[in-house]
Amino acid sequence: MSTLLDRHVAFVTALREAGLVVSVAESLDAVRATGAIELLDREQLRAALAATLVKRQVHRPTFDSLFDLFYPAVTGETAALPSSRQAVPRDPDASPRGPLEDPRRDAIRDQLADFLRDGNRLDLEEAARAAVDAFGAVPGQPGAGRSWSRLAVLTKVSAQTLMAGLLEQMLVGQDRGGLAEVRARSMVNARIETFERAVSADVARRLAELTDAQTVARTASRPSIEHVSFLGASRKELAELRREIQPLARRLAARLAIDQRRGSRGALDFRATMRSSLSTGGVPMQTRHRPKRPLKADLVVICDLSESVTSFAHFTLLLVYALREQVSRVRAFGFVDELDELTRFFTPGGDVLESVTRLAEEADVTWLYGRTDYGHAFELFAKRFPDAIGPRTSLLILGDARSNYGSLALPTLTDLAGRAKHAYWLNPERHAAWDTGDSRASDYDRVVPMVECRNLAQLGQFVRSLDL
Amino acid sequence: MFSSPAEAQSALAEVGYLADTATATTVFLAASLERPLLVEGPAGVGKTQLARAVSDATGAALIRLQCYEGLDEARALYEWNYRKQLLRIQASDGQSWDETHDDIFTDEFLLTRPLLTAIRRDEPTVLLIDEADKTDLEVEALLLEVLSEYQVTIPELGTVTATRRPFVVVTSNATRELSEALKRRCLYLYLGYPTPERERDIIIAQVPDIEAGLAEQIVRTAASLRALELKKLPSVAETIDWARTLLALGIDDLDEAAIGRTLGVVLKHNSDHLRATKELGLG
Repeated sequence: MSTLLDRHVAFVTALREAGLVVSVAESLDAVRATGAIELLDREQLRAALAATLVKRQVHRPTFDSLFDLFYPAVTGETAALPSSRQAVPRDPDASPRGPLEDPRRDAIRDQLADFLRDGNRLDLEEAARAAVDAFGAVPGQPGAGRSWSRLAVLTKVSAQTLMAGLLEQMLVGQDRGGLAEVRARSMVNARIETFERAVSADVARRLAELTDAQTVARTASRPSIEHVSFLGASRKELAELRREIQPLARRLAARLAIDQRRGSRGALDFRATMRSSLSTGGVPMQTRHRPKRPLKADLVVICDLSESVTSFAHFTLLLVYALREQVSRVRAFGFVDELDELTRFFTPGGDVLESVTRLAEEADVTWLYGRTDYGHAFELFAKRFPDAIGPRTSLLILGDARSNYGSLALPTLTDLAGRAKHAYWLNPERHAAWDTGDSRASDYDRVVPMVECRNLAQLGQFVRSLDL
Repeated sequence: MFSSPAEAQSALAEVGYLADTATATTVFLAASLERPLLVEGPAGVGKTQLARAVSDATGAALIRLQCYEGLDEARALYEWNYRKQLLRIQASDGQSWDETHDDIFTDEFLLTRPLLTAIRRDEPTVLLIDEADKTDLEVEALLLEVLSEYQVTIPELGTVTATRRPFVVVTSNATRELSEALKRRCLYLYLGYPTPERERDIIIAQVPDIEAGLAEQIVRTAASLRALELKKLPSVAETIDWARTLLALGIDDLDEAAIGRTLGVVLKHNSDHLRATKELGLG
């Protein structure tokens, strides 16, 4: 049995391996903090460790899953449901229900339904543990005995099928399909998610007992949302990414504003200086200046909308949209083998998601084959919008530089980049995949500096390094 | 200040701030380890209110430094009162320079600003540094210096060290990441939207006349709204406003029509209105 300190050190190591930056000083703080609180209260311990070790909210989910691994609420095989919840022997007269009959499953689902309706934590924990106990064991690798599976539990319990019955109970005497149902549904769904998390945590804990916490930590912790690749993101992760957009745009705009105002001492305002010097007996203690005229940056975005980079394009368009409200002027263009201006879809104050969806349907970006042709797109852009790029414009190109062996139009792009104040290319592919197959990344990189931008962290980094 | 997290929780509850275990524990730790407390989270969830509640609960004075872009040392720390010094020099007829010099760099001519005021006080103090993310990097470096040593060096007067460390609360809306160094010295607390149960209790505490059933409906609707992809999610401050509005209008059932009439209290963007109307089926 390891000591508390060993456990703490192992926990901090696991946090670091999962990508959190934990300094020695913070680790020491955590030890001090655990000395000050009631160690037996698990939520206090969680709060104390979180306050000292996790300094960014995006890391919190990682922390929580690791905490459940290293400081489990229970250990070993947990008992079956408490006596009050024991399966009721079936009425011998009732009609047989065939292979679906499973009194243990019914009891667990009963308790889960209680939690989904009333939100009692105790019901949740017991139901989750009992469910894993009953259905989670799966045969392990040959020679390794058994293992535990989260999916097996969730499939067997199938919490979603409880919804209809619960709604029936909760909405007695109220209209179905109305607002009351929306409210009830969103509540039950949130609780089902809580249940799924509890099951995952319990499965991870049992796995950890089979081997050890460090090994499970390495495989079980998901990357934080910052490091999820745009191209491989799941639907849920995409929704989470979209939530991060607004703050990112705000941060970008704040950066721009600060940079614009830096060293913003305008010309000396002689009259104001003299006037203020009167209060110091005619000695000009402080000089007054005229406000400097702010520089207005404008942004032109050219975006590859082809299938291979859809989710990336979707995401960056949302960013452009968010920026629209912050930067003075943004023009966006999309292309596959035809080019179209997208700015008209970004109505001020409009619904972001809706316009991006509408854009995908209505924008006129495919011409003949629907295969990306970068060269053609740049030629078209230069021809149709010769005045879009001026000396104050920053040009942003988004795409994977896979031109289906078509033309590149390097001279045109060189000219465009030369006219702009800055030009950047964001590529959603791994750097290692550049120049493989039909990717012409380094050819373009020579003209417009190309940056790998696969996830939120890299996008944020790009934004920070940006100097518009 | 507090002897245990549970005591912190009940003390805060007495002054009307319902803290969950995590918040109470973190506040307790910040007080007992004498570390600044960095609070982040969306607008309107009670970050500033937390500092106020701590000061109320412990009977400490609240000193507030509101950060903004362009805040400088003279506004945050201290400043010499030039005008008064100038008068003093003009009035000191025939006095030698040394005497005058000793005279004009004394407490009498020092204008203390929030940071220095908080450090010099002997009584219990809560120092609230609000919206620290709005400041420039220079001020952040200054904060770092003050908050790690709790001392300020004034060249003409010497070093002022805190006799009694203030309880420091730093809030941030994360418009920009604060520096790693500052974060390292602070305890971190993220205040998100509360669970529906807690939010209901908060509403009942803040708006005592409201019926529990209506409060329940409000927080459930707010939870549904927060699940949508809106530009600005409704904050706790806004749900409290909503409760007050409904009470003032004499509405005791939050149905489609009532929401339609009062949605403007919680959602402040037209696009959010459209989306909520569509998703909640308000028609």
